Amino acid sequence: MDDAFYREELLDHFDSSPHRGRLEAADLGADLDNPLCGDQIHFEVALDAEDPGRIAAARFDGHGCVISQAAASILAEQVEGRPIAEARALTADHMIQWLGIPLTPARRKCGLLALRTLHRAIDQGTPGAPAGSGSPA
Amino acid sequence: MGRRFSGIIPRPAHPRTMATAVPTTPALDDLRADFPALDQEVRPGVRLTYLDNAATTLKPWPVIRAVQAFDAEYPANVHRGIHTLSERATEAYESAREKVARFIGAAEVEEVVWTRGTTEAINLIAQSWGRTFLKEGDEIVLSDLEHHANLIPWQMLAKERGVVLRFAEISDDGRLEPEAVERVLSDRTRVVAVTAMSNVLGTVVPLEPIVAMAHDRGAIVVVDGAQGVPHRAIDVGRLPVDFLAFSGHKMCGPTGIGVLYGRRELLEAMPPAWGGGSMVLRVSREGAEWNELPYKFEPGTPPIAQAIGLGAAVDYLSRLDSEAVASHERSLMEYAHRRLAEVGGVRILGPEPEYKGGILGMDVEGVHPHDLAQLLDRHGVAVRAGQHCAMPLHHRLGLPATARASAYLYNTTDDFDRLAEAIADARRLLHDRRPRRPA
Repeated sequence: MDDAFYREELLDHFDSSPHRGRLEAADLGADLDNPLCGDQIHFEVALDAEDPGRIAAARFDGHGCVISQAAASILAEQVEGRPIAEARALTADHMIQWLGIPLTPARRKCGLLALRTLHRAIDQGTPGAPAGSGSPA
Repeated sequence: MGRRFSGIIPRPAHPRTMATAVPTTPALDDLRADFPALDQEVRPGVRLTYLDNAATTLKPWPVIRAVQAFDAEYPANVHRGIHTLSERATEAYESAREKVARFIGAAEVEEVVWTRGTTEAINLIAQSWGRTFLKEGDEIVLSDLEHHANLIPWQMLAKERGVVLRFAEISDDGRLEPEAVERVLSDRTRVVAVTAMSNVLGTVVPLEPIVAMAHDRGAIVVVDGAQGVPHRAIDVGRLPVDFLAFSGHKMCGPTGIGVLYGRRELLEAMPPAWGGGSMVLRVSREGAEWNELPYKFEPGTPPIAQAIGLGAAVDYLSRLDSEAVASHERSLMEYAHRRLAEVGGVRILGPEPEYKGGILGMDVEGVHPHDLAQLLDRHGVAVRAGQHCAMPLHHRLGLPATARASAYLYNTTDDFDRLAEAIADARRLLHDRRPRRPA
């Protein structure tokens, strides 16, 4: 049960995510952190040139525990190709289902940080922090 | 994920066999039997190793029984009823106050005010003494080590009254030198509020010179004793601090009870922070005359069972040889420093054991503190991870979060062996499989 937290797939998302990094040009982006744990996430998306209501690519950057970083990687994978409205409608239940592990109340904040960041990026409607402060994609 | 507890099992009569690498007095080994929570498996086959004492300590049987006796035998309100149970409750409750006064070396029992804990005690000082006696431009000196409980109440006061906060900086190894306090003292300093022991690094603060230099400037000294008092670090009879705040639950007592010690003249001059029943002598439609110390600050029905429990905790601690306990905790820390140095990638934060109490702040390379705490829990090892209500200190350390193992009188070198093995295991899982992250 507990071992599920650190199963290979999550660890791969944590330390070998193809979605970690920055886009050449992001359309929407935001930063959030968990003040109590120190997890930090930058999440950004580029919209489809031909269908601007749809997310073409997503990237994240930041640092923190396995859960917070793996969740960001999974979320980036999941939202690519989705309409923005659909991405905005994603809930905590979706995120927890994708993580595939039960989260204690304390770890919920870690697991949901990326989703909150994506929602903020969409709500703000701006590219957020400029690229260059994180590691390249 | 259901976590299963095997429940409270009375300790068997036969003594526990413990292989210890440093000598501990037999009395300290036996004393583990007094703490029922120690004797459990957090899940089948995994024994508890409790190293989260800086968050809260476990409770010994005498404390559990004292709280239970109040609830079962004489659960009456205090200072009100003229009946047998109320008198018995009042006597037990007030005798707990006397025990606490003796424990910290207070000259008078009236100088001991019950609060819910350290946090409420410091808020009481800021809201009552601070709002009455501080004005715009006055300065309060704090340190980089402070817990939010000894920071936010002063920030709130500063914002409201235009009071200026100044911070004594710590050294790179997390020590607070008296000179660092001296540097931020000025003619406008009215309060020096410092912790006796850092809750993150374990740093023991040299209070004696700090009290002397603050008093030279005419400033009062507020000591956050949440971590220091449980280790008997402060005797207000010997060290003339003006206010001392601490919590019952970090020294074998119940939660929900704490203490504000204040010098009589200061408490006399302060208005009540809260109004209500039993803090008044005479009341009319227009106003009221405040009750005497300490009741002026204690409106409403107090946490009676908890106060009585704290009295029992103080009795328990007072019966132990405090020198033996201190030396046990010191040798545990020395052992822990040595033992963890053998585990690769562990950086112990804060000063060398001689400058600190039983708190071990850690940064483990390649393992986030939250993951560490969760992986240690698989081994039954309870530690704390996060920022420990000390965000400015973490900024100073340049770390987003840390892990903390903290010892109390019942811990053994075995506990630190299990901690070291569990950390090594976490490192194997999370660190050794790397680096696959693109550079």
